[in-house]
Formats: sequence, structure tokens, C-alpha cells
Amino acid sequence: MKHTPWHWTVIAVATALSLAMLWVAPLLWALSTSLRPEYETILPTLHLLPREWTVAAYTKTLAAGNVPRWLFNSALVALLVTVVTMAISLMAAFAFSQLRFRGRDLLFGVAMLALLLPFEALLVPLFRTINGLGLINTYAGIVLPQVVSPVVIYVFRQFFDAVPNDFRDAALLDGASPLRVLWSVYLPMSGNIVWAMAIVTFIAAWNNFLWPFIIVTSNDMMTIPLGLTQTYDAFGVRYAQLMAAALIGAFPVALAYLVFQRRVTQGLLAATGLKG
Amino acid sequence: MKRKRRTEALSAALLLAPFMAAYALFFLLPAVQTLYLSLTESSLTRTSAFVGLANYDTLIHDPSFWSSLGNTFHFSLLTVIPLTALGLVMALLVDHFTGGGKRAGSWLQGAFFLPYVLPISVMTLIADWMLQPSSGIVNRLLGIQRAWFSDLDWAMPVVAIATIWWTVGFNMLMFLAGLRNIPREQYEAAALDGARGFAVFRHITWPALLPVTITALVLQLIASLKVFGQTYIMTTGGPFNTTRVTLHYMYETAFTQSDAGYAAAVAMAFMAVVVALGLLQAVLLRKRK
Repeated sequence: MKHTPWHWTVIAVATALSLAMLWVAPLLWALSTSLRPEYETILPTLHLLPREWTVAAYTKTLAAGNVPRWLFNSALVALLVTVVTMAISLMAAFAFSQLRFRGRDLLFGVAMLALLLPFEALLVPLFRTINGLGLINTYAGIVLPQVVSPVVIYVFRQFFDAVPNDFRDAALLDGASPLRVLWSVYLPMSGNIVWAMAIVTFIAAWNNFLWPFIIVTSNDMMTIPLGLTQTYDAFGVRYAQLMAAALIGAFPVALAYLVFQRRVTQGLLAATGLKG
Repeated sequence: MKRKRRTEALSAALLLAPFMAAYALFFLLPAVQTLYLSLTESSLTRTSAFVGLANYDTLIHDPSFWSSLGNTFHFSLLTVIPLTALGLVMALLVDHFTGGGKRAGSWLQGAFFLPYVLPISVMTLIADWMLQPSSGIVNRLLGIQRAWFSDLDWAMPVVAIATIWWTVGFNMLMFLAGLRNIPREQYEAAALDGARGFAVFRHITWPALLPVTITALVLQLIASLKVFGQTYIMTTGGPFNTTRVTLHYMYETAFTQSDAGYAAAVAMAFMAVVVALGLLQAVLLRKRK
């Protein structure tokens, strides 16, 4: 396959380099801005690198305002969403895949309906439900609607379906309960896919904007994506500080991605049904 | 045996209960409520009179609704094809520089994908800073002083470009998976037949990627129709409502005008469009199998 004519190689290298630079440039520019003293961001002459390097923007951002609080909220919310989603989805997928009961296929079909209907169209009654439960501006209110993830169930079910039945039957014959079988037979085998889905769920929950935007009004309960939209009010137009806040908010997910690159891509592809 | 069946059904019920409860409360119920609300005159918290199809009658005569739908399609037009095409190009590049001891591929993949994991407000903060009228780097490099987000001609394209930068990595990933599913033997056979360069792409790569392309196009179209955060944060729907999209209109109707009944009708119309597209994708892909 690799008998590519030389001019193709030249075109490929040139396109790859220019696209990669275009894609990284905004992040580098944000980083470069965040490492300047504030006055340097509005100097009439353009300098790509700071003339005076400083981490003042970061220390100020973390010391003043709500950024640490928002980070804590995001971490707690994303962690809760991930743990609850994994737990209830694994249990449901195991039942759909390995247990026989009446109405199973119908119930599964109903659960998969959510793949078709857009969540965004349900915001108004969802807000009324959470409001009715008295959960506005609470962690429960932010977390609960996010744990319904049919796509995770779909992926787990496909995975469980592919496991040879002998494993289950042997364990069940030994008198183990289904929950026990799920926990000690299936879960150890599904480590990779559980991790992949957990990381993808975590990143999605960390980044979720729309639902916290609807359900959170108090500054103290905001998650970082929501809080960052308030930073103009908090900081005024201070670009070094704004970029520092942005990069602090991006750091946990960027790190999760860089460390777990393979699992993130595996999880996302499984979720679109392209790869099991 | 019958006893065993019963215990199995019981454990299934126990295992399914937590998910099904959440699903019923936070998905099925709201779905039914959206339909019901759309037939009533309601505020954000109170349901009042049943008004039949009155909201829908208002909807089809409402220029604000149609313009918001138009803006949504404008955004989709500016994003769907570029995002799909660029995703394909990026995947081909990453694939080209992968394997045979070449590590450049994974660096490229990282560079193209990284923006995708950023929270939306990080993306918008960076875009806002880069596009500042006087101190932004874009205007400085171009030597102009344009206020991009309040420019009638540029507001939507700029939101679209920022979105392309932010999300193209996901499409690249889909194409990459498609590329890696093509059996190597097909390429070897083509090489034996003397096919080179573009001919290989046309006769092997492209046909194999067609289902992925259809999936990517439809998923992207659905994702683009759901646009809200970008336009809301960057332009707040302006200038002169030219970037106020359907979900934004629904949000305003419900949460600032407290007209939940009408907002539900907008939501139903929006849902109809998205569901129709989802079904279209299913049909298109089934035909090919």
C-alpha cells in the first residue's frame, strides 16, 4: 500500500503540518496569554511570547472568585454521574443480556427510544420535575437526569451478549445469585469497556453545559463550564486571567484524555456503534 | 425449573429497577409531558387551560420560530459538510502517518482531537479572546478592527468556524475507525493490479468508507441542529437575532417568557425534525446492507 508517489508525500506532510498547527495554535495562544502580566495583553504591538513571564494570572484566579468552588462542584458532579451511571447501566445491561423474563425485548426497545429523541427537547418538563422535587440548585438535581444513558446500556449489553454462556451457567449452577455472577464473573472480563465508558461519561459530565445552565442559578452551585461564562462579571475584561481560568477548567479533561487516549477513543467509538 | 424462572425474573426486576426508575422519571415522563404541555397554556411551573392545537396554530404563523429554524439550518449548512469532509481528510492524514514505525500519526491524532474534550465555555472564551476587535490576534494579524460577533455577515460563520475547530476530532475518529476496518488484502490486491495514489482511494478506500460517511453526515446534521451553547454564549443570538437558533428560541420562550406550553410546541416541532433525520439514517444504512 505504501508505494505512494513522492508528490503525494509532500502534499500529505504539508497539509498535516499546517492543519496540526492551526488546531494547536488557539490553545498555545491561550497558554501564552495566561502567562503574561495583564497589561501585556493589550499592548499595541503583538508579541507571540510573553515579554515578562508570570503565573500571576493563575494565582489570582485561584485565590479570588469562585473558580476553586466550581472545580470542586464539577469534580463531584462528574464523579457521581459516572459512578451511578456505571452501576445502574451495568445492572440493567446484565439483566437485558443474561436473564430471561417476560417482556424483555419490549422493555429494551422502550429504553432505546431515548437514543432517538433529543434530550434537549425535554428541558421544559424536566425542569418542572426537578423543580417539583425541590432539587433546583442541588447536586442531586444536577446529577440525576444525567445518569440516564441508554447508549451505555446498549454498549454493555452488546459486550455481555458476546460472552460465552458457559461462564454464566457454571456460576448459576453453583448457586450464585445473578448479582454475584455479574460482579465476580462478568465484571472482571469487561474491565476495558467499563473503563472506556466511565472515562467518556466522566468527560461528558464534566463538560455538560446545557443541563447545569437550566437547573443552577446560584453562583456557589455552578460547575466549571457554567461558571466560566460568568467570569467576565467576576474579573472584568482581564484576558490573562480569563485564559488562566479557561485553561484551569480544561486541565482535568485534557489530562484525562492525554492519559487515557486509547480508552477515550474506544469508548466514543463504542458509543456510536462503530466498534464493539 | 419453574421456580428458577421466577427467581430469575425477580432478580431481573431488581437489577433493572434503578435504571428504569430514573428512565421513567427523567425521560419517559418528560417526553409525554412535552406532548401534553404543548396542548395547554402553561407557565414554567403551572399548567392551566387545555387549548388543543392552538399552540401549533400560533407556531406555524410565528415568524420568530421560522427565523430561528432558518438560523439553525444556516448553522448546519455551514458546519455539516466541512466537518465531515475535514474529518475524512484528517483521518486519512493520521492513517498515512501511522504504522511502520511512524509515530507522527498519534501526535497528529492528539492535535486534531484535543479541542473536542474542552468544555464549551473554554472554547468560547478562547474564541472570544482571539476575535477581540482591537486586541484580538486575528484582527491584529489581518490588520483590521472587525467586531466579528456583532457583524451581520460574520457572526454565524465565526460561530461555525469555532465549532468546526472544537468538534471535528470526533468525526476524524469515526473515519479513522472506518479506515482501520478495511482489510489490508484489498490494498495488496490493488497494488498488484498496478493501482496507485488516487486510484486506490477511489476504488477501495472511498467505497469502504461510504457507510461511515453517511453515518457521520447524519450524526453531524443532528448534532448541528441541536446547537445552542455556542451561539448563546458567543453572540446571545445577535446581531438582530440572526444567530438565535431553535433551541435558543425554545429556551427564551420557556425560561424568560415563562410560556411553557408554547415552548413545548416548539420542542415538539424540533423533536419531529430530529427524529425524522434519525429514521432517515436508519433507512439509508439498512438499504446498503
